[in-house]
Amino acid sequence: MGASADASPDDPWVPLMRAAIAGDQAAYTRLLDEIGRSVRAMARSAFSRARLGDADVEDVVQETLLAIHLKRHTWDGGPRVAPWAAAIARHKIIDAMRRRGIRRAEPIEDFEQVLAAPEAEDPHTMRDVERLLGGLGPRQQDIVRSISINGQSIAETARRLSMTEVAVRVALHRALKALAAAYRNSLT
Amino acid sequence: MKTSELIQALAADAPQPTPSVGRRAALAIFIGGAASLALFMAAIGMRPDIRAAALTVRFQLKFLDSFLLALPSILLCWRLARPDAKPRALLAALAAPAVVLAISVVAELALIPRDEWMKKLVGSNAMHCLTLIPLLSIPPLGALLSALRAGAPANPMLSGAMAGAASAGVAAMIYATNCTDDSPLFVASWYPLASLIVIGAGALAGRRWLQW
Repeated sequence: MGASADASPDDPWVPLMRAAIAGDQAAYTRLLDEIGRSVRAMARSAFSRARLGDADVEDVVQETLLAIHLKRHTWDGGPRVAPWAAAIARHKIIDAMRRRGIRRAEPIEDFEQVLAAPEAEDPHTMRDVERLLGGLGPRQQDIVRSISINGQSIAETARRLSMTEVAVRVALHRALKALAAAYRNSLT
Repeated sequence: MKTSELIQALAADAPQPTPSVGRRAALAIFIGGAASLALFMAAIGMRPDIRAAALTVRFQLKFLDSFLLALPSILLCWRLARPDAKPRALLAALAAPAVVLAISVVAELALIPRDEWMKKLVGSNAMHCLTLIPLLSIPPLGALLSALRAGAPANPMLSGAMAGAASAGVAAMIYATNCTDDSPLFVASWYPLASLIVIGAGALAGRRWLQW
């Protein structure tokens, strides 16, 4: 379908995004990991300018990645992914700062500027996602944990829970949507 | 849960073939508008002299105004559903109905004698206009808002307001076939007021329902 022909050479995320939309899990994993690094740098700089601690940065990264995932059909298929991903990140970072009592969030610098300084995740922080996951039904929690933390595939999870793969997929998708809603409604 | 683990779960959630937000919004305004039209025809109906009236410029201007409100608003709804939307030019297009309205008011003032101005402005259907346009807006507004929930608007209130403007434009086109007040003096006084009610309701609904 000419995916490589009209992909811009200066945005390496475009071919990854196209592959992801076509169902390539490995490409999608890499894309989310790379976007996550940029979001982390952006969130860290916004938090430090607002004199918020570093502790919650990873929570914002996770919330943003979840939003990018659930809203990926709003990418217009154009020559660049970064401005779109940055807009979602900005929205989520400002949201997160407001929830932490920052009234007037400073304008957040553009994605491109932080692209050069990718950062790895800080592994020593408590996560909102664990707490919010606890608010989901037991079956949804089990499926999300199985695929994320335990690294099982959909098929393995389906076998273990005696469910069909389709049912696991549907439950996973609903669980992720519920998780995004829980972030939105959380007050801390 | 580490971020890399969360990414595993996201990657396992395979892409689903979803219709684009634009297509959903177009379908919503069409279905909602059709529902309003059906309700309108069943409950109220067009004015008896519709055939003759439809040939007059004043009557046609009511449609033009409403259409010029509805068209950029629906396009804006579709645009603003993307988080990185840059809708400046389209927002400027929203001035078009105001400009057309202003020109037709000036022309009307020149055409009719001064002592008829007030009578034309007050008309005989002001309350009808203020209630029917908001009521007929409900089906398209509801349908549009539910379609826009699939989007990711950077400004949910603005998106809701634009859904209100699109719905008010559609409702005004339907209502205009019943309304016997065709003078631009009447239209410029009451139609925008009725539309503002719907736009305000849309903005509030947007803030409530279009958060993501």
